[in-house]
Amino acid sequence: MVAFDEMTLSDGTIRPAYADLAHWLATTPKELLTHRRNEAELLFRRIGITFAVYGDKDGAERLIPFDIIPRILAAKEWASLKRGLEQRVRALNMYIRDVYGKREVVRAGVVPEDLIFNNPAFRPEMAGQSVPHDVYVHIAGIDIVRMDADTFYVLEDNARTPSGVSYMLENREVTMRLFPEVVARHRIAPVENYTDELLATLRSIAPRSASSEPVVVLLTPGMYNSAYYEHSFLADRLGIEIVEGRDLFVRDEIVYMRTTEGPRRVDVIYRRIDDEFLDPLVFRPDSALGVPGLMTAYLAGNVTLTNAVGTGVADDKAVYSYMPEIVRFFLGEEPILHNVPTWRCREPDALAYVVDHLSDLVVKEVSGSGGYGMLIGPHATKEQIAEFRTRLEAHPFNYIAQPTLALSTCPCYVDEGLAPRHVDLRPFVLTGSDKIRIVPGGLTRVALKEGSLVVNSSQGGGTKDTWILDR
Amino acid sequence: MLSRTADNLFWLARYVERAEYLARILDAAYRLSSLPASYGGVTTEWESAVETAGCGPAFSACYDEANERTVMEFLAFSPANPSSIRNCFELARSNARGIRTALTTEMWSTINDAWLQLKNYDPSRMSREEVSRFLEWVKGVSLMFDGSAYRTMLRNDAYAFARIGLFLERADNTARILDVKYHVLLPPSESVGGSLDYFQWTAILRAVSALTAYHWVYKESLKPWLVADLLTLNLQMPRSLASCYENVSHHLDELAQVYGRQGPSQRLARVTQSRLRNLSIEEVFQSGLHDFVTDFITDNNNLSAAIAEQYLI
Repeated sequence: MVAFDEMTLSDGTIRPAYADLAHWLATTPKELLTHRRNEAELLFRRIGITFAVYGDKDGAERLIPFDIIPRILAAKEWASLKRGLEQRVRALNMYIRDVYGKREVVRAGVVPEDLIFNNPAFRPEMAGQSVPHDVYVHIAGIDIVRMDADTFYVLEDNARTPSGVSYMLENREVTMRLFPEVVARHRIAPVENYTDELLATLRSIAPRSASSEPVVVLLTPGMYNSAYYEHSFLADRLGIEIVEGRDLFVRDEIVYMRTTEGPRRVDVIYRRIDDEFLDPLVFRPDSALGVPGLMTAYLAGNVTLTNAVGTGVADDKAVYSYMPEIVRFFLGEEPILHNVPTWRCREPDALAYVVDHLSDLVVKEVSGSGGYGMLIGPHATKEQIAEFRTRLEAHPFNYIAQPTLALSTCPCYVDEGLAPRHVDLRPFVLTGSDKIRIVPGGLTRVALKEGSLVVNSSQGGGTKDTWILDR
Repeated sequence: MLSRTADNLFWLARYVERAEYLARILDAAYRLSSLPASYGGVTTEWESAVETAGCGPAFSACYDEANERTVMEFLAFSPANPSSIRNCFELARSNARGIRTALTTEMWSTINDAWLQLKNYDPSRMSREEVSRFLEWVKGVSLMFDGSAYRTMLRNDAYAFARIGLFLERADNTARILDVKYHVLLPPSESVGGSLDYFQWTAILRAVSALTAYHWVYKESLKPWLVADLLTLNLQMPRSLASCYENVSHHLDELAQVYGRQGPSQRLARVTQSRLRNLSIEEVFQSGLHDFVTDFITDNNNLSAAIAEQYLI
């Protein structure tokens, strides 16, 4: 299976968006690239752009490898992606509102009922409740993969607490420092206004009872969390307090933070902790990360949580497979972005097919993430396949399967020199009470191991800068 | 600002200041211990260094004997010593990381760099020369941190908390040196005498980086009561108790002004500040240097607790 390369077509032609870059790569000595790569690593290390790997004792903080060769998308390609992303997120929001509200989607037979109620991310506490401005997914990180010049698929809708946006921003900064001339020649749409857009989004969704200058904070599990760098980076750029659970308390259904000047009321919480840990009185009683009483304040409409509680109900791989129907049902439009063809193992015919074709398919747990709990058929041993078949037949509802996709490749600068590696793209979609905002770009993740399709940072994937050309 | 942020800033500054102080103590101990025996007889400088650092009991729990190797290991590197230089840097870095948004880039990278470089120092294989380079480096980190805070931080409450932490820690350090060495600083009639004292005094002054300052201020040969005066009451000397309290008081007043409210910590600081302003060194010696210093250390701790109560919890 030969993958589509985003720079060079199989006949050797360079695609137009890459013309300048290809020329520059061809005329730049290897030593310079190596030098720049080392410089980049030093920059990331010095700034402290790290992530923690759970269970890793020595390297408690690691760098995500950064590939210095940017990935380029033409303005036209982005324009259609952008329309598709907006459409998708509008539908996601309507779906979640419906799940916790009238459930028309069930009555109309679009999505099976048990997918909602048996979903571990379903929060019964949210049923019949409304959230400020009816927005649930304020920040979505939609993973997109590319098959060929014209085909983009959505791989996942990350509707809980998507991460990675700090890398999108830092990658651009580092690239501009390393290759200022190349950057200048390309007329790249800027992404640096992301944090302004995020702040505008967060302010727009403050409860109606909040003052005209709503107090927005970012809630982090703390510095041992794998994405802590991102949390502090965002709080810094947004100019808001980064708080931990112990910095907040609830009195009379109102959330306050402890400051040197006494308690201060909080209106919007951009929370980067999962639902289960938000409030020990409602969810996990052993959670030390959350704030006792937070849910009562939330349900009383006195504070906005982003993303809303329970959005994970739209964010598992079984629901994913219904997204095209969900888009049609709520918007009455044809989906612009397509799903990867998906077999739902819950359906007997699909299961039978999947079991027979395990060595060709990728099988995923419906609620898994981070590249864990999956089988990549073509790369698996006989034993692994046999073992997975047992698990699959025991709990077919837990799995979906997809064809092994020939994810597109981009040139990367690896130890051997320039070589194609598989990539995906995670653009970030912001939904406020006023409008949807998307900065042109996203986080390109790259599977730096030759032939590998796994781009997750927890599995050794890297990232690269993503350029949307302004022409 | 968040109470936790203020608390982290306060302690971050204290840890960095403490690391420098430990480096200075070790430096002074090295000098004294390398003096020929004829200048001081049997030296107890290593034990004294442990005492001055304020960790006698913790040390005895780990080692039988205080010597160059054990003391260096304990004060500089030991994970078992909560305030070893390594632990100070580690805690400072962890505090800094917890509040990166409240630090300037320069402050963060000083601490982060120090923490990264610390891994390059292996205590088990250090020559004398490397030890002294290491101690220089520690002092350099502290200077750079201090300087970057001074030059890059906004003059707001965050700055005030960092400075209050620094000056409280510095006052505590100076007081501890005085407390351990008070016997060599007794007035001449009660002096134990001998050349050992002379080198002890210079070691004290070196430990607080004040040897040159002494000569500028007093234009006299080293006299114990003048050393004590310099370190307790002299406002020109940035490590003196009096000078530290001018600063602590000043920054606490700033906070009170910004927040529009005075509290117990402002009052406590002012009491100590005015006492230090109005005393003379003769009066200190009359009532006893040791008692004076012990009281000061207690007051200083009480102020730290009052600040925590008023702002940091």
